[in-house]
Amino acid sequence: MSIFGFHYRLERKTMGLVLGIILVASVGGLVEIAPLFTIHQTVEDAPDMRLYTPLELAGRNIYIREGCYACHSQMIRTLRDEVDRYGPYSLAVESKYDHPMLWGSKRTGPDLARIGEKYSDQWHVAHLNNPRDVVPVSVMPAYGWLSATELRTDDLGLHLKAQRAVGVPYTDDMIANAATDATAQAAPDSPLADGLAKRYGKATTIRAFDGQPNQLTEMDALVAYLQILGRLTNAAVKPVAEAGTVPSGAAP
Amino acid sequence: MIAQLTANERQRAILISLAVALCGLLLGLAGRDDPIGIHGALIFLAGVATIFLIGSSYFAPEPSDERFASYYDDPSKVGIVLAMIWVVFGLAVGDWVAWQLVNPDLTFGGGWSSFGRIRPVHTTSVIFGFGGNALIATSFYVLQRTSRARLPDQLAPWFVLFGYNLFCLIAVTGYLMGITQSKEYAEPEWYDDILLVVVWVVYFLIYVRTLARRKEPHIYVANWYYMAFILVVAMLHIVNNLAVPVSLGHAKSYSLFSGVQDAMTEWWYGHNAVAFFLTSGFLGMLYYFLPMRAGRPIYSYRLSIISFWGITFFYMWAGSHHLHYTALPQWVQTLGMTFSLMLLIPSWASATNALLTLNGAWHKVRDDATLRFMMVAAVFYGLTTFEGSFMAIRPVNSLSHYTDWTIGHVHAGALGWVAMITFGSIYAIVPWLWKREAMYSARLVEAHFWLALSGTVIYVFAMWNSGIIQGLMWRTYNESGTLAYSFVDSLIAMHPYYIARAVGGLLFLIGACVGAYNVWMTITLPARAAERSGDLPEPGLAEPQLAGAAAQPAE
Repeated sequence: MSIFGFHYRLERKTMGLVLGIILVASVGGLVEIAPLFTIHQTVEDAPDMRLYTPLELAGRNIYIREGCYACHSQMIRTLRDEVDRYGPYSLAVESKYDHPMLWGSKRTGPDLARIGEKYSDQWHVAHLNNPRDVVPVSVMPAYGWLSATELRTDDLGLHLKAQRAVGVPYTDDMIANAATDATAQAAPDSPLADGLAKRYGKATTIRAFDGQPNQLTEMDALVAYLQILGRLTNAAVKPVAEAGTVPSGAAP
Repeated sequence: MIAQLTANERQRAILISLAVALCGLLLGLAGRDDPIGIHGALIFLAGVATIFLIGSSYFAPEPSDERFASYYDDPSKVGIVLAMIWVVFGLAVGDWVAWQLVNPDLTFGGGWSSFGRIRPVHTTSVIFGFGGNALIATSFYVLQRTSRARLPDQLAPWFVLFGYNLFCLIAVTGYLMGITQSKEYAEPEWYDDILLVVVWVVYFLIYVRTLARRKEPHIYVANWYYMAFILVVAMLHIVNNLAVPVSLGHAKSYSLFSGVQDAMTEWWYGHNAVAFFLTSGFLGMLYYFLPMRAGRPIYSYRLSIISFWGITFFYMWAGSHHLHYTALPQWVQTLGMTFSLMLLIPSWASATNALLTLNGAWHKVRDDATLRFMMVAAVFYGLTTFEGSFMAIRPVNSLSHYTDWTIGHVHAGALGWVAMITFGSIYAIVPWLWKREAMYSARLVEAHFWLALSGTVIYVFAMWNSGIIQGLMWRTYNESGTLAYSFVDSLIAMHPYYIARAVGGLLFLIGACVGAYNVWMTITLPARAAERSGDLPEPGLAEPQLAGAAAQPAE
């Protein structure tokens, strides 16, 4: 009996075809995806990895809302020119808390994986307000309304809770103080800032990101997020041997 | 439309609409402080509108039993009209987005109209709005003819069609308000995803129930592809969209997966959305409409089998070629590349099978623009799958990834293959569905063909050029060993190609408008011809051309 003879009989059975399709189509995903959750080396260890603050998380959600990922990648490949242009290549651990990841697939604009603290807050505000004020040939849309739109903070605790449900280790303390922590991060002179630094680490940047200390805007959130990109852990800038497996020719 | 439903079906339709309206009401109340509230209101209104629609003919007399002697084509007709509306809308938004890269101030200052928000409006409208409606409409048509059985009931197909379009509408309006998961081609949020799952289960059941009633012993190859499309899209959709919503009153959800696992899951989904939405389903279309229009049986039964199972197996491994040189472990990248190369065999087997089917009918290809649409689609299918395998090779990908080359590749497939086979099939099916002798104007079909072909070629050539230039500029070093060009330098170099791309897209859009006008005129013109002979669920009459392919003797 040839395979065609077998098929000649199979194609008379609806359920035979249905099961055949499900079976044949399942193999690839099972082999390629399932082990990524079990093989330990897939994601490097980074004990210094910190969490997004509520303000940064809110900024990340604005980044997603505006579809920034459609034109900006956050994944520096292990290629010499990319490392020279953007910085050390991205490690898996750096997006460990990214639900979902924003690696992107297209660079209409440059990669942003290591944009954090490369430019000043003022530059980012001016650039987001109208990109052509600072980069005359830019084709990026202007996001002028961000500075004028107040950030919604009352539900940030719920956001952190949902994040914890998918595996990000936010504590009860962080969840309870999410809204005040968001306000505190953009208000450097407020007494709330201490609590924020206690919960998220001393390295947390506390600044009036949008230049208006008395107002918490979506611009504050987005700039806070952009300024933390590539700075959640320093695993990528450590000596190569410690960072895991690396192809040659890509040393930072 | 409603008068065709039985009293029992009308009652059930009202109950379902009531349930939909209730869901909308609950979402609207729970999410009154969130954009999801607007979607709740939209769903509520859709439910109420459907109740009124059914109510308007609720007391119409029962349809006669004569309906069982013919196929049930009303959902297919509406699906084709919806597909034409979506394609004109989706292409128009696409071309607008393209012009925004020429002149970024074409957003007119609105948040809703910026590139990042309307790009998914374009992709969702053309892939899911146009492609999906065309697939649903043609699959119902093909399923009945090749099974010689009427659809099992008259309510389920409407549920699928309306539910699916509600899904698309929620998706597209959501992006404008900033509701998106950010997963490419899986942007709709959790509540819209759940809606699609329900719709999809009913769609699958229609397929199985109709096949159970078939009078043909064999299931025709087109149905294998339609079934793979339905089944695997369900698998992909459910796994990739697993997420935890912030609350029932929030549109926002957080994906269950993160980082590298999320990236792999997303591109397992993304690449197989190409495979099972944009390839399998449309191959189903090709396997029916091309042989019917050419009047010749499928060239090879064996090639059909090889290509079907090859595509179903190999494609699912190929997604990781979207992640070459990234933080994805190299063994997964290598597997993805290897299977992408092997994928060329079943892909070319399909393209060859289609083109060899035309042997002996080349004079028809010359004279009939409808058949020429299908022929060109098969050629583009062959070209694009070759290009895809090529771009999956790691060193090639190091140049092409992140550049416009990818965009060119996608559009060679989407315009050259998917849209061409769909337009060809629509020009074939519209006269059959509405019982016309032919399309309103053959010359307009001809005009559409040349507009579509030239638009595609201009688009693809522009993006090949810009993509390769971009890739080369990014990696060029000068004599002192530093990078030769800034990113902005590469952006300036793109400008002429972005103009050319937008012009190509405009031609394609004009072609689609011509097509929509032609379809509309064909529908509204008084009937000129009798029914397609033998187009009845009686055995032994219909589809003599296809019978040759399905009834190859066993070895």
